[in-house]
Amino acid sequence: MKSRLRVNPIACDGRGLCAELFPERVRLDDWGYPIVDGHPLSPELMPLALRAVANCPKLALSLDTIES
Amino acid sequence: MIEPVAFTQAEANLIPDDASWEPEDFAHHLARYGPVPTASPALIPEIQASGLKGRGGAGFPAGLKWRAVADRAGGRGVVLVNGVEADPTSGKDRLLMTARPHLVLDGALMAARSVGAAEIVVGVNRTAVEAHRAMAAAVSERREPVRIEVVGVPSRYVAGEETALAQFVSGGPARPTLTPPRPFQRGVRGRPTLVHNSETLAWAALIGRRGGAWYRALGSEQHPGAMLVTVAGACARPGVYELPCSASVGEALARAGVTQAQAVLIGGYFGTWVPMEPSPSMGGDATEPLGSNAGVILALPAASCGLAETARIMSFLAGESARQCGPCFNGLPALSSVMARVAVGRAGSAEVDRLRRWAGQLTGHRGACHHPDGAVTLLESALRTFEADLTFHLRRGACQGSRQPSVLPAAATEDGWR
Repeated sequence: MKSRLRVNPIACDGRGLCAELFPERVRLDDWGYPIVDGHPLSPELMPLALRAVANCPKLALSLDTIES
Repeated sequence: MIEPVAFTQAEANLIPDDASWEPEDFAHHLARYGPVPTASPALIPEIQASGLKGRGGAGFPAGLKWRAVADRAGGRGVVLVNGVEADPTSGKDRLLMTARPHLVLDGALMAARSVGAAEIVVGVNRTAVEAHRAMAAAVSERREPVRIEVVGVPSRYVAGEETALAQFVSGGPARPTLTPPRPFQRGVRGRPTLVHNSETLAWAALIGRRGGAWYRALGSEQHPGAMLVTVAGACARPGVYELPCSASVGEALARAGVTQAQAVLIGGYFGTWVPMEPSPSMGGDATEPLGSNAGVILALPAASCGLAETARIMSFLAGESARQCGPCFNGLPALSSVMARVAVGRAGSAEVDRLRRWAGQLTGHRGACHHPDGAVTLLESALRTFEADLTFHLRRGACQGSRQPSVLPAAATEDGWR
């Protein structure tokens, strides 16, 4: 079971913490809204991903399980 | 909104030769198409075998959708007829619902029985007054064991997106919702919901009568079936045409009497511009089969400016954002304002570079729905197709064509979300 990052674009209001905490997989567009890399996360990246998810002030970032 | 004229075609099935905007009553409907077959789950394999695809733009195989809802509905499902048709270039749904309301109802009833739904909701664009009236009148003529309701839907571009429509008929705003869940999982008031374009259901009604093999044979092996196509813009006979899905764009243009288009917009405002030179009958994507697009073709006159028309569409799309998602409420007005400057010849190449960078940032399904992706598809195809005009606009200002009147159908005035 692998996971990937997912943004709820309706909840997100572009605070940008995710990109600060997890620049390996999140960058911001010209308006400060996240562009996430939706590829499966490797085990080494999981702690960073979980930290970014936990710190989103709008609870807009989540981990999606990829069915394999 | 364009007011399409139904064209007379001997081989047409949905809107035959004597079609007018007059609604056909139930007695005449039965005389024309025969009795309504008793549908059962056995119809699902028939729909799958027919190769019927959703005619609302996404082209998802109808049989798979029926199967997915049938697996979950257990008698408490909902069939939601999507007659919102919010793209100003399309007119086929309102024509079909106005002229053949019973055919759409037949398809919805067969679908309801096949997938296990106890309720049918027909969502009609509020501006399509005649279609609404015809559907409501048709419902009142029928005695069915299923509850059928006809609902007027706000005339907003994204209101026809299936999650937006499902949320609206559940009592919410006509704005898209986050997926998953998709309506087949949790739709109208949380029930498994089969959402189908009105044309898709009309075809299903004929497949229920004549069989999947009959529908399949209307097209080719690769592009089975037939479809309605709205042709607008620079043509002698704008209107709605029934064509095999295997027919080419060029054939649709010829039917509508397009002789002099410089480019065509295929697939409506989320579609792509395709150059037509030297003539519509040859080269480019004019030879592409229709089966792969939304059934809307807009022909751009030789004298017009594609950049100016695209700027108008971008402005419309920016105004039609549901304003829920950052990429859409930030990105679309930004794209639109630069495109407006390009159109009048006031933009420099740095601004066009920015346009391309934004286009790259805004795609990849970052919104709840595909509104930003659709707008970017249109914009990028314009920059590609009208590249020579773009160079001219950057170097020498607006071209002659940008002062031509627009050929785009007038859009309805902005509606609310409730």
